[in-house]
Amino acid sequence: MALLELRNVSKIYHLGGEEIRALDDVSLDIDGGEFVSIIGPSGSGKSTLMHILGCLDTPTCGTVTLDGIEVQRATATQLAQVRNRKIGFVFQFFNLLPKLNVVQNVELPMIYAGVSGRQRREQALHALELVELGNRLKNRPSQLSGGQQQRVAIARALVNNPRIIFADEPTGNLDTHTGEVILALFRKLSQEGRTVILVTHNPEIAAVTPRRIEIRNGKIAEKVDARLAGLDRVSAAATAGP
Amino acid sequence: MIIVNSIAVGLKEIWAHKVRSLLTMLGIILGVASLVGMAAIIKGMENGMKEAMIAMGGVDKVLTQNQSVPAWQDHLADQAPGKTMVDVMALKSSAPLLRLVSPEMALDDVTLSRGDKRADYSECVGVWPAVLEMNLHTLEHGRFFNDLDEELARPVCVIGTGIRDELWGKPSETGREVIPVGDTLLISGQPFVVVGMFQEYMGEQESKERARAAAQPPGARDAGGPKRQKGWGRRGGWAFWRKNHTIYMPLNTAWIRFRSAGRGDGIPDPRLTDIDIKVADFNRLEDAIQQARNVMLLTHQGIEDFTFETQENQIENINKQIKNARLSGGFIAGISLLVGGIGIMNIMLASINERVREIGICKAVGATGFNIFLQILIESAVLAVIGGFMGLVVSELFVDLIGVLTPSQNTPVITRNAELVAVAFSAMVGVVAGIIPAIKAARFSPIEALRYE
Repeated sequence: MALLELRNVSKIYHLGGEEIRALDDVSLDIDGGEFVSIIGPSGSGKSTLMHILGCLDTPTCGTVTLDGIEVQRATATQLAQVRNRKIGFVFQFFNLLPKLNVVQNVELPMIYAGVSGRQRREQALHALELVELGNRLKNRPSQLSGGQQQRVAIARALVNNPRIIFADEPTGNLDTHTGEVILALFRKLSQEGRTVILVTHNPEIAAVTPRRIEIRNGKIAEKVDARLAGLDRVSAAATAGP
Repeated sequence: MIIVNSIAVGLKEIWAHKVRSLLTMLGIILGVASLVGMAAIIKGMENGMKEAMIAMGGVDKVLTQNQSVPAWQDHLADQAPGKTMVDVMALKSSAPLLRLVSPEMALDDVTLSRGDKRADYSECVGVWPAVLEMNLHTLEHGRFFNDLDEELARPVCVIGTGIRDELWGKPSETGREVIPVGDTLLISGQPFVVVGMFQEYMGEQESKERARAAAQPPGARDAGGPKRQKGWGRRGGWAFWRKNHTIYMPLNTAWIRFRSAGRGDGIPDPRLTDIDIKVADFNRLEDAIQQARNVMLLTHQGIEDFTFETQENQIENINKQIKNARLSGGFIAGISLLVGGIGIMNIMLASINERVREIGICKAVGATGFNIFLQILIESAVLAVIGGFMGLVVSELFVDLIGVLTPSQNTPVITRNAELVAVAFSAMVGVVAGIIPAIKAARFSPIEALRYE
């Protein structure tokens, strides 16, 4: 059984009587340890897909199974616990709490997991070592560069040792070089055996993952093999032409 | 774990918005200060009343009072004997439930003088030595009357320090304490020898002030401008003034030297002004009064021209007054605490709207709705409790201020209980005020909250 299973999942919003199908009958499997990117232009439904995969939202219809848990049936509290223990999020805007310092930010998920103070500190330091930020423990997020903030966010995502890491446009707010450092970090995590799911609109970033899931108008458009990705781009450039 | 962390975050939140937090807490601070202050004032009143109560003879004293005969005995009104020594003798011998019977024969229109000085008095009474215990007097100098003084109707008297102050001068004026034992004063022109003097009676507050004044260097004492009449409602102060301005003489002396000549009409008047009694066992007060009543009905040939008044009625009155004061004071202070609570609710609502994104992040990393609920509730309670403790500090200042503005016998006394109740109440107000914002915050959907800019 796959780690994440989506079966005929739809998410329907009603806006002023008009029915909007953000996700339309999507079925999808993601196995443990996979490095996947979800790609699509804005408005394609990729964020909705990520929210449902990440247990931030529940589908209107269809079933979602995450590590054996039926998400569409879970209560809000159960979903919170799933997010806490099985999922780590990395966001485009870092989403660190500005009033807490680096260590406290990283400790936050463990507080909700009920980890004791000393163990919390140990695990937080360990996670920060992994992202090479062991020397900036007492800084506030505002005192760090974008790349450093994103690394803190990654440390926070890792700290409860989750099975899946979601990254929503993780390089969207970073310069190219820093973005590459961050992507390298994700690749490393993937190699360590974690399931990493990158959500992006940028094909170049999607190109780093072996598997790509493209979303258009709420449906899965095509699955592209990583080895063909480069060729894709070349041909796209050729046809676009001057 | 989560609670400790929530308190820490709450404190951080308060510290991050110092001015806003202080303004929010102001309502609670004032509420707590007024609650504690109000309780302190009432406690002061209570103390003053109880002191006065004891100065007047304690709780187990029962007064015999004249009353006009009941309607069905109207035709016997002119035969009503009034209280006389017959009653006293009968009570003493036939009412074993009584411990003490003290007859008093008051002289109304006498003058006290010595040389060219005259003195005011509260009561100039002929008494038995039983009066000492009855009215809780303490003889400090000289002696009290003996049987011989009584038998021979000797012109001797025992005075309170107030009378000494007026005829011989106050210690603070003369520079030394005059003890006029052996000296002579005139009661309506008749020379009386002072054989004893009581101690000076004063309230707790006054004795404290005396001690403070004594500790100061001389000269600094009267620097405080003109002296003010102290005493709230003339209750406590009045009781002590009265006790200090007592002058006693043997009962027989009062009878032979004054009353036997009549009250200006030449007809001897043997009626006593008062027969005060104390019961042997306070728990059998009702029985004792009934017994005394039976005895006196006999000596009065069934004419009911007397009644008994216990201090219980007075205590009941005092307690009722205090209860009323507490209720109304507590109500008003409670309203101001409530207003403080509304202020907190307002700020918490504003605060969660500012922190929608923060709450979204917490939820994304695994905070449950209950975690968020608890967080907001604790923040609100922390705000209120800090306000409560600040209110305690303010209440001390508040009570001091009252003491300076309106000096009185009944200094407000801050009680631990009042402080405890006030802080507990403010914590409760904080929790209640936090409930609505906390529910609102707990219900934020994580996606909406994360999208919020």
